[in-house]
Amino acid sequence: MPGITREEVAHLARLSRLELKAEELDHFAEQLDVIIGAVARVSDVADEDVPPTSHPLPLTNVMRADVVRPSLTPQEALSGAPAQEQQRFKVPQILGED
Amino acid sequence: MTVTELVSYDEALATYEPVMGLEVHVELGTKTKMFCGCATELGAEPNSQTCPTCLGLPGSLPVVNGIAVESAVKIGLALNCEIAEWCRFARKNYFYPDMPKNFQTSQYDEPIAFNGYLDVQLEDGEVFRVEIERAHMEEDTGKSTHVGGATGRIHGAQHSLLDYNRAGIPLIEIVTKPITGAGERAPEVAKAYVAELRELIKALGVSEARMEMGQMRCDVNLSLMPKGAGKFGTRSETKNVNSLRSVERAARFEIMRHAAVLSSGGTIIQETRHFHEEDGSTTSGRVKEEAEDYRYFPEPDLVPVAPAREWVEELRKGLPELPRVRRNRLREEWGVSEHDMQSILNAGAVDLIVATIEAGADAASARKWWMGELSRIANEEGIGLGLLPITPVQVARIAALIAEGSLNDKLGREVIKHVVNDEGEPDEIVEKRGLKIVSDEGALGTAVDEAIAANAGIADKIRSGKVAAAGALVGAVMKATRGQADAARVRELILEKLGVEG
Repeated sequence: MPGITREEVAHLARLSRLELKAEELDHFAEQLDVIIGAVARVSDVADEDVPPTSHPLPLTNVMRADVVRPSLTPQEALSGAPAQEQQRFKVPQILGED
Repeated sequence: MTVTELVSYDEALATYEPVMGLEVHVELGTKTKMFCGCATELGAEPNSQTCPTCLGLPGSLPVVNGIAVESAVKIGLALNCEIAEWCRFARKNYFYPDMPKNFQTSQYDEPIAFNGYLDVQLEDGEVFRVEIERAHMEEDTGKSTHVGGATGRIHGAQHSLLDYNRAGIPLIEIVTKPITGAGERAPEVAKAYVAELRELIKALGVSEARMEMGQMRCDVNLSLMPKGAGKFGTRSETKNVNSLRSVERAARFEIMRHAAVLSSGGTIIQETRHFHEEDGSTTSGRVKEEAEDYRYFPEPDLVPVAPAREWVEELRKGLPELPRVRRNRLREEWGVSEHDMQSILNAGAVDLIVATIEAGADAASARKWWMGELSRIANEEGIGLGLLPITPVQVARIAALIAEGSLNDKLGREVIKHVVNDEGEPDEIVEKRGLKIVSDEGALGTAVDEAIAANAGIADKIRSGKVAAAGALVGAVMKATRGQADAARVRELILEKLGVEG
């Protein structure tokens, strides 16, 4: 069942912390709907002789050495956080656990 | 709070057969995280070891830590597993703020190692084979602090605070196949398995596996089925059981709880449970998600891992002697019982004793000092044996001084006390404090004469043949020389002077 509704786009925008205007929501909902529809067509043409692809490049074993690289400073790390406390990311009450 | 109904352990086992599954997470001791170059040091200030990758910022890309893959292969090989020729990472999607990416990079249906076993030895020497389902690579989550709840728990909290230093630290999750046939020994098998796994991980040098530091964590899955039934019952999953003793207690508690529910005609709910260290009980957590709730799919940002067969064989050749094999070898070399060996293992003394023997001590004295006086001091100080400020070389030197007759046991203990108090090397302490045994025959002879004169009654008894009474005079001489005489020599001198055959 392809397709995406305007409400779902608004929800995604909120999760992504993007402030979208009403006309932008209309615009993106329409565009995303087309994209999702196009991607969904892959399932129509993919037969059993076409294996699912998880990566476009025929590479394996890309690894790095276990060498420490500089991290962000805590200030930099927290700079995009909507809220912080005690040098930690502050998140709203977590429900549905415990 | 509802009271959990339990039946007695014996009653439970009379009717039911326990089936266990153990999931152990091991934090690898790599210098950097699984998918980025951030440091993994413990105790760093909050959010000081993060980067765009482990914070899940847009546009960042993960790259696998080669040493973490190598460690995973080593663990797989040591667990007698097959090593995948080709495997991928997968995204495990879930909505919880301990992973800023909103998914954990893990492995799903293509673990790097699978189909193995680990033989574990119970305290009486019985060997039990635990089959391994899989060992796969994944990453740790961030640390949450819940604020505003009455107990610091999530329940009732107003908000939570996240430190992502731990997010992305390499984890290996090791999952057993269902453990059946252990019967009443199931909790003991669970404990022995986790203990053996910890020893194995340490021997491989891939992690320090300190459970008290969260470097190794265990989930205990348990179900009961009526004896003789072929079909497993519904299981509960007790999360984060983080000491060997707790693993045993959690399994035992769940056996008694399940039996009570089943015996009264109830059904077990498939759920996670929280373990409570204080009383060894478990309480209900959340109803377990089905695997598909996590919407696993292959990680598109990472390419497959395909360990070359030559490399795997090279790693296999480099594996150390397995801990259980090594322990049995040492036990025979040292000539100790299964029970004593278990005590030595529990005390964390195996490697210390080995090192002391390598430094020249004989097995019996190395074991005696570590398991006796040194254990006593460590106990008093409330620290592990390995943290005592005395080295195996120093212990071996003290043993050598005793063997050559320069010290007796009492003086040896004295020297140990001063070494632990940081007064220097054993030889310096002996010198500085004048702790050498009095072997000057003249001085010893005078002390013996004085003791005989002061205890004429006892001396007469000895003369009349009651050789056993000599002990009292030996004691007097030892007291006069402040313990610095060779007691055997003192005895000889006493008997000689009183004209009695020893």
